[in-house]
Amino acid sequence: MSEKKYSKKHEWIMLDGESATVGISKHATEMLGDIVFVELPEKGKSLNKEEKAAVVESTKAASDVYTPVSGEIMETNQPIVDDPSNVNKDPENNGWFFKIKVKDKSELDSLMSQPDYEKFVKDNPN
Amino acid sequence: MEKTALYNFHKNLGAKFVPFAGYEMPIQYKDGIVKEHINTRQSAGFFDVSHMGQFFVSGGRSTELSLEKIIPLDFKEIKMNQSKYSFLINDEGGVIDDLIITRVENGFNIILNAACKDNDIKEIAKCLNSESKYELRKDLSLIALQGPKAETILETIIKGVKELKFMNGNYFKFLEKKIYITRSGYTGEDGFEISVPNVIVENLIKLLTDKDAKPIGLGARDTLRLEAGLCLYGHELNQEINPIQANLKWAISKKRRETGGFKGWENIKKDLQNGVSKIRVGVKPTGKIIAREGTKIYSNTGEEIGIITSGTYGPSVNSPVAMGYVKSKFSEIDNKILIEVRGKKHEAKVSKLPFYKKSYVK
Repeated sequence: MSEKKYSKKHEWIMLDGESATVGISKHATEMLGDIVFVELPEKGKSLNKEEKAAVVESTKAASDVYTPVSGEIMETNQPIVDDPSNVNKDPENNGWFFKIKVKDKSELDSLMSQPDYEKFVKDNPN
Repeated sequence: MEKTALYNFHKNLGAKFVPFAGYEMPIQYKDGIVKEHINTRQSAGFFDVSHMGQFFVSGGRSTELSLEKIIPLDFKEIKMNQSKYSFLINDEGGVIDDLIITRVENGFNIILNAACKDNDIKEIAKCLNSESKYELRKDLSLIALQGPKAETILETIIKGVKELKFMNGNYFKFLEKKIYITRSGYTGEDGFEISVPNVIVENLIKLLTDKDAKPIGLGARDTLRLEAGLCLYGHELNQEINPIQANLKWAISKKRRETGGFKGWENIKKDLQNGVSKIRVGVKPTGKIIAREGTKIYSNTGEEIGIITSGTYGPSVNSPVAMGYVKSKFSEIDNKILIEVRGKKHEAKVSKLPFYKKSYVK
């Protein structure tokens, strides 16, 4: 497994061979508050980098989740649909959203490392 | 942006603030909306609702008759210390604001929505004659204490509150000052609303937290009132909606429904006699999809029949809950409807209100 990377829209992605796992950052869950609804993409769906992939809703509002890389959805995490609070409990591990077959690994290069993301969050508190 | 007297207290409790009706108000504290909601239902929570207007009108019978022009209640039947839910009505019968009015010594206390209060006062003042005096009490805070443990907690701090009946109030003493408490609230729980001078509100709140009442923000206030099927001004109610359409006929006194004599009566009379073309209903999505404000409602044959005015996830019913307006012929309880969320239609049902029911103290 390679290094975990982050997007400016607060998704994390971890590459493992040809596919990558995507979720939302702990910081994102803290901003959203209690997550009460998750909608995941259909398996087999092809998406472009930064295209809408999923929806999370808190009691207050709905937010889109984007894919940080282009590719085809291979697997989705049903336990977060059945109990959305699983995202709040462990956003960067068990609370993953989907696995995607990565079309172009170089798309990961423009994403942030964990320290860079932490700095980004500090500089952009909202 | 205005702040309530408890602003720093909220800050120290870790509140997240949002701008609301010109005030910086706590939307949630550290526990978060779901825990705050559940805590109110299972134990007790307190809410700073000091942004709401506490408007006092004094005067005799002629003042009551003036108020009757704009508030469709029979003032004669409001007993001393009794509270009533009603509205300010405009010339077309639309709702200028919804309110709670309580008869007190020498007049009435009227609790107004924060966003509406300045305009409300203008509208009320237009109806009053020179005999009436009125004042917006900015020196007072308003605290709601809600939940099954509210009575026990408040009784240990202020003796005698347990004797209050639902929608009734009285004066009490706290730190040698006169305060006014009503047994009321907007959560579907038993509880109290405490009108207390700004200078001692923090003392009261500290005692409440000592007794394990938890701070609750506007976020949970919204999920609680929605589960309880209660209207929120600017969502279910506005100047274009009248109380009959809002399914709040009961909040117009029986006598006034027969004899009228208030603003907008012609339109309201028509709707009372002929029925309304659209009406407020509860909407319960069949699955987990949340129907937010602005979501379109369709009949199960695909005809557009209405719109959602409030919608969220209800933590106590553990499902999405919503309210909205539909064409009256589709308003029957359990009628199957469709809600369009992110371009897809999802099954839902017209639901009876409230979604969550708890008995109030009689």
